[in-house]
Amino acid sequence: MALKRINKELQDMSKDPPAGCSAGPVGDDLFHWQATIMGPPDSPYQGGVFFLTIHFPTDYPFKPPKVSFTTRIYHPNINSNGSICLDILRSQWSPALTISKVLLSICSLLTDPNPEDPLVPEIARLYKTDRDKYARLARDWTQKYAM
Amino acid sequence: MDSEDDMLYEDDSDQMDDDEDDQDDFVDIGMDPEPTSAKHKNEEDFPYEVLTTEQIVRHMVDCIKEVNTVVQIPATITRILLTHFKWDKEKLMECYYDGDQDKLFSEAHVISPFKKTLGATAKKEMTGLECGHKFCSACWSRYLTTKIMDEGMGQKYSYLFFLYYTVLLNFVRDPKVKLKYQHLITNSFVECNRLLRWCPSPDCGHVIRVHYYDCKPVKCACNHVFCFACGENWHDPVKCKWLSKWIKKCDDDSETSNWIAANTKECPKCNATIEKDGGCNHMVCKRCKFDFCWVCLGPWEPHGSSWYNCNRYDEDEAKKARDAQEKSRAALQRYLFYCNRYMNHMQSLKFENKLYATIKYKMEDMQQHNMSWIEVQFLKKAVDVLCQCRQTLMFTYVFAFYLKKNNQSIIFEDNQKDLENATEQLSEYLERDITDDMLVDIKQKVQDKYRYCESRRKVLLDHVHEGYEKDLWEYNDP
Repeated sequence: MALKRINKELQDMSKDPPAGCSAGPVGDDLFHWQATIMGPPDSPYQGGVFFLTIHFPTDYPFKPPKVSFTTRIYHPNINSNGSICLDILRSQWSPALTISKVLLSICSLLTDPNPEDPLVPEIARLYKTDRDKYARLARDWTQKYAM
Repeated sequence: MDSEDDMLYEDDSDQMDDDEDDQDDFVDIGMDPEPTSAKHKNEEDFPYEVLTTEQIVRHMVDCIKEVNTVVQIPATITRILLTHFKWDKEKLMECYYDGDQDKLFSEAHVISPFKKTLGATAKKEMTGLECGHKFCSACWSRYLTTKIMDEGMGQKYSYLFFLYYTVLLNFVRDPKVKLKYQHLITNSFVECNRLLRWCPSPDCGHVIRVHYYDCKPVKCACNHVFCFACGENWHDPVKCKWLSKWIKKCDDDSETSNWIAANTKECPKCNATIEKDGGCNHMVCKRCKFDFCWVCLGPWEPHGSSWYNCNRYDEDEAKKARDAQEKSRAALQRYLFYCNRYMNHMQSLKFENKLYATIKYKMEDMQQHNMSWIEVQFLKKAVDVLCQCRQTLMFTYVFAFYLKKNNQSIIFEDNQKDLENATEQLSEYLERDITDDMLVDIKQKVQDKYRYCESRRKVLLDHVHEGYEKDLWEYNDP
């Protein structure tokens, strides 16, 4: 059942890719994908290309996919391991969601971080107290790691 | 609409009827070895029953049937409505007949049984609820299985969520999943019913049912005695509220507070705990930015540049600062005092369980030496009393910790002292080796002592209870 659904998502992805994102299987294994997200314009990540890995569980879509960044990024909700703190990837997952919707959610998380529920408290503090410095650091990291 | 899920319970309840009959037969011929269904009455007349999981399900089915005779809707929906009202039948009836029924159904996340939308869609290959979204039965089955097995009732959302989908549960065929579902429902029934409580001891599936909610001891079929109100070990004389505060306090800081007492000082202004790990004696509190001297805890200013002659020792301000410091130190000391004694009794109580084994051996030994079975029973009784006294003493320290000093508290402390003294003596007697020649003598002593302990324990508890009734106790709430 999972395979059928993943295949369908792959078709939808190539037919109608979401803005600024792409994704596809790494090799023959359809349960392991790689995705890219272009840093959204009017965010400090603009111009960067960020890579992510996606692992589908065997009971997909009843369980959420495991998504993490492989490119380093300076963001209050993403830590140095690339783990992403996003509700729809955990408790709020629903089988009605797709990889394309998840990638779009991550894009909007890049534009609008959620400092109230931080994974990296230091970055969240900076984001709240000194927005300019945060933006500068995020831009520096983007240039260093994602260009 | 009348879902097959109801069968889950109808079947079981029929089966249980049979079981029950069997048990009744046993009772008739006077051999009821099952203490599980026995009704208990303790000294203070707090009637309660110990129920098995099967009996609980039956109890639940009875509740549903009772409501159903009045409201005449499918049993599943009645159950969901009852859960919504925390099994308060009267409240359900009231809302059902007085209020807006459609609103009631939507609030409880069920489809009104008077709408027949599902029947039509269910016949086709794709199935859905009244929202119109349809999925194939294989997807439904997998989806519900995941929800039940992995998320259970723990998450509020999914709980409401799959109550809503109860009607779709006949897609789930796996008996393991069905069992888990039934378990979840039973659990929620017990959890939200004020008159029921699971026995907290591990792997014990029994439930205690009481007639009215109160802070009283109950004894489960597994012999575990606990407080019905809070589920902790029976904790007379201290009240649940204070015990839970105490347990939280102990969990928070038993060892930590020891370390803090030995290695830190508090900022004289904001009381932040500070560990000095190097540097000079000019301290600047990170929290309140207060400048002070580590040695005398007075403000830094008067020290000037020559703190080495810390000659401000008797300065008023420094003294005030030290007083405040001493006060918080004293509070900690006080806590450690009570905590120590509480822990000590708890530890001893654990050892007494070992004592039962030793005593059993001794009793056998004494029976070899011309004593009858009945004559050696005093030893077991003595250990019973010892354990009871230790447990009571343990909780008296929690009670005392929150108690403000007044005349009554002094009487209480005297009672406590007396009981503690006697308990220790009894404990000592039981530790001794019992030889033939002193057997009669020691039996006399042990019997005297445990009777004394018993009566002192009763006096102490009665005094505390009397204090509760007459409002004699004052508390300090740190």
